[in-house]
Amino acid sequence: MDLLYQIFVNPFAQMAAAPDLLVQTLWEGLVSGVLYALIALGFVLIFKASGVFNFAQGIMVVFAALTLVGLHQKGVPAFVALFLTILVMLALAYAVERLVLKPLVNQPDIILFMATFGLTYFLIGLGQLMFGGEPKVMIANELYLPKGSFDIKMLGGFVALQKIDIAAAVIASIMVATLAIFFQRTRIGRALRAVADSHKAALSVGISLEQIWVVVWFTAGIVALATGIMWGARSQVEFSLQIIALKALPVLILGGFTSIPGAIVGGIIIGVGEKLGEFYWGPLIGSGIESWLAYVIALVFLLFRPQGLFGDRIIERI
Amino acid sequence: MLYREAGQFKSSYVSDMAIFPLRQDRIGLAVILLIAFVVIPLGMSSFALNSLMIPILVFSLATIGLNILTGYTGLISLGTGGFMGVGAYATYKLTTLMPEMNVVVLILASGLIAATVGVLFGLPSLRIKGFYLAVATLAAQFFLSWCFIRVPWLYNYNVSAAIEVPTRALFGVPITGPNATPITRYYVVLLVVVAMTWFASNLVHGRIGRMWMAVRDMDIAAELIGIRLYQTKLLAFAVSSFYCGVAGALMVFLWLGAAEFESFNINESFLILFMVIIGGLGSLIGSFMGAAFIWGLPVLLRAAPETFGIPIHSATIEHLQFMIVGALIIFFLVVEPHGLARLWQLAKQKLRVWPYPY
Repeated sequence: MDLLYQIFVNPFAQMAAAPDLLVQTLWEGLVSGVLYALIALGFVLIFKASGVFNFAQGIMVVFAALTLVGLHQKGVPAFVALFLTILVMLALAYAVERLVLKPLVNQPDIILFMATFGLTYFLIGLGQLMFGGEPKVMIANELYLPKGSFDIKMLGGFVALQKIDIAAAVIASIMVATLAIFFQRTRIGRALRAVADSHKAALSVGISLEQIWVVVWFTAGIVALATGIMWGARSQVEFSLQIIALKALPVLILGGFTSIPGAIVGGIIIGVGEKLGEFYWGPLIGSGIESWLAYVIALVFLLFRPQGLFGDRIIERI
Repeated sequence: MLYREAGQFKSSYVSDMAIFPLRQDRIGLAVILLIAFVVIPLGMSSFALNSLMIPILVFSLATIGLNILTGYTGLISLGTGGFMGVGAYATYKLTTLMPEMNVVVLILASGLIAATVGVLFGLPSLRIKGFYLAVATLAAQFFLSWCFIRVPWLYNYNVSAAIEVPTRALFGVPITGPNATPITRYYVVLLVVVAMTWFASNLVHGRIGRMWMAVRDMDIAAELIGIRLYQTKLLAFAVSSFYCGVAGALMVFLWLGAAEFESFNINESFLILFMVIIGGLGSLIGSFMGAAFIWGLPVLLRAAPETFGIPIHSATIEHLQFMIVGALIIFFLVVEPHGLARLWQLAKQKLRVWPYPY
């Protein structure tokens, strides 16, 4: 009885007692959800256009941020470094297309998945070799990212909104809107959707697969760079970010592998659910449940909708 | 010339269905076993046994486990590390609860516990497929490794939150703990691995293995020919987790000597998955090759600069090692996506028709 009270009544009583704390927790969840969603967005882009489950998205985030900071430390001005990093991501996209995707065309999904594992290892090694393995501070000031926080007085208390978090949310929204327009309205966007539907049919109407793949991987690289800057500005640029990036996976299965809005909604559900769970139910079973709660939430969703919230319906034929 | 089936006639169904129908294959297997049981223990230093051979055997066992699930049944799992951890922690608990019991029996028993946990996490596999399932098994991985830190009962409320292996003897010879020599530990691991490989070979070549493969190739079609999907998939989860559990227990008890939750984190799962894919999906011999390749390569890479007298900083070597392993994985996938096992088959085929091209 006491346990039931602890699980079902007490957390809600706490929420009602301190609404400002609840709002703060919700906000934190929202922001981390946006960041998860950004990583998930990179996954979705590549999965949609090439059917590759790109495990390397996490390390691409780290690699992009690391290149940016590393170049700046070597004396390159911030915005030049940003431009150079974009060039590096373009080169990476070309290299991946040439050396990994092209030779592996028509292989089973798991082989391509494995190849992105290889890419992950390669990028970890390369990043450490060039810029060293120690954590770095993001050059937030030089890029004119806002600092500090707004303290809003509400509900009988204070809610602190970090400005960088607001910036992250705004940038994420802009990015998603741009991508949506890019996918829906432009010629390349239409070609991308055609490739996603069927490689063969797209080839037969004269769409160049190579070009599309480079475009997609480059876009994913840009998304990774934005994610890296935001995440790096909130904490640090370090290799353990790559493991945190795995959190994007439950976001993906919630939203469905093929849906851009799904990635956003899924990210927010996971982020908010995780923070609420950790804050209000965490003390019951020992802290640190954040590490697996997201996966369990996703698992429960999956049992009812195996294709995710917004994913294409899975139709199986013999 | 030497490797040819000419003149070997099969006169009974039993010989026709043999796993090694060629006499040369059987001789080859005997030679490999002879090397494993006699030459390696005699010829290798205890350092090499401990840092090369024992881990390769242990990882081979785990790779066979994951191969049963991923290679034979087609269910991708990223929870291998967690299941190995279950085996290790279960053995640790069992040795403290039943100190008198034979430790090998306990290791096998903890495999059963791992199998139970595996079945629990395999329950969603009927509805969830492909990469969705892979992410679902990540839940198992993260939940289990959370348990290994946050449930102090599992490590007997140690302050260090680590499990340390007690000394246990078999026939009066210590086989676990600090007093066991590498050679005895090697023999115990080898015996367990050989026995379990033999068992796995019989499983995958028999009715159950056929069922698994039918499910892998197309589960709806398998269902239509009367295979019960749910039982088959859960059985695959159970057997696979049993193997992983035993491998985890062997890893801690006969190789590392102590472990904490870090030993069974997500990287462990990825490592085993590498071994499966590089070795070859759905191949037992590939499991051994994959484990030897992935484990042996970094050891070689570390040794190479010293042998050639190239002065490189050790941190640089580690970074280069990451790059080389990553590049080699991609290279191998490009050259032969079906893994080392397929290369082995091709080599045998070439040998069979040699000196003619075909």
